[in-house]
Amino acid sequence: MRCAVTLLLMALLALPALAVEPSEMLKDPALEARAREIGQALRCVVCQNQSIDDSAAEVARDMRRAVRERLSAGDSDTQVFDFMVARYGDYVLLKPPFKLGTLLLWLGAPLVLLIAAAAIMLTALRRRATAPLPPLSDEERERLRSLLGR
Amino acid sequence: MSRRLLFLLPLATLALMAGFFAWSLMAGRDPASIGSVMVGRPAPRLDLRALRDGDKPLTDAMLRTGKPTIVNFFASWCTPCLAEHPLFTRLAQRDGAVIIGVAWKNKPEEARAWLAKLGDPFLHAGQDFDGRTGLDWGLSGVPETYLIDGNGIVRFHFRGPITEKDVRDTVLPFLKGGKP
Repeated sequence: MRCAVTLLLMALLALPALAVEPSEMLKDPALEARAREIGQALRCVVCQNQSIDDSAAEVARDMRRAVRERLSAGDSDTQVFDFMVARYGDYVLLKPPFKLGTLLLWLGAPLVLLIAAAAIMLTALRRRATAPLPPLSDEERERLRSLLGR
Repeated sequence: MSRRLLFLLPLATLALMAGFFAWSLMAGRDPASIGSVMVGRPAPRLDLRALRDGDKPLTDAMLRTGKPTIVNFFASWCTPCLAEHPLFTRLAQRDGAVIIGVAWKNKPEEARAWLAKLGDPFLHAGQDFDGRTGLDWGLSGVPETYLIDGNGIVRFHFRGPITEKDVRDTVLPFLKGGKP
């Protein structure tokens, strides 16, 4: 019984599978929470699309340690991000910054949406603008009736 | 007429995409490349314990001697390092290149044994056991190689092993002219 309760508690209290090891964590929970938030936003440089908190790579571990060292030294979150960008470039940010080189990345999808919306609206407007069709002649009306089988 | 042109739109889209894919394949575009922000900037701090007994520790001054210098991060556990090592040996012996080696996350005795077995092309060698210097240098793993000019400016950063082609096209011209 006790074993079952323990197992249940272990299952319920399990943290998401992060690569952050207990020995890496900071004693100060507030600082550790900030480190986690930053770690989720920094990209591991050898794993394409994993944050450093999710990655078990050697370099990701070094980066987690550096984040905690910078925070312990009193750096702001921005300073920590700048520290990483100075070493690994914008690549290290999972959310790319908004600047000239990333304009297409940020505005490309909304732009396509706008173009599509404009095209649809133009077509609709043009359809409305065309003159209404002349009424059917008696002959046509007769043919329509026979086609519909009435 | 304009409606008929509209039917060409899917074809035009296809042609555009095919063009992009062809360019990606032919121009050698590597989507996995993370680039390097080090190029064009002064080499990061170098302050490391010597790898070999009786050797001098690595310092910034070693990168500002007026001579172009190669800095190679390696480890004895790294297979690509094994592949590129003969090129450094040749660069040191035949071309008189100044090469600084840094053993990254490697036990010093293992790095020393590795060099003793394969030959040691390094004028100076240091140990970066905890990877702190690697991080300052924007290292993503081993092997990585930096070409640094006589004034201590990083001119080239290879991620991964250097090849015969890299030596011919980049390293040797850099050693001769100071610029790759």
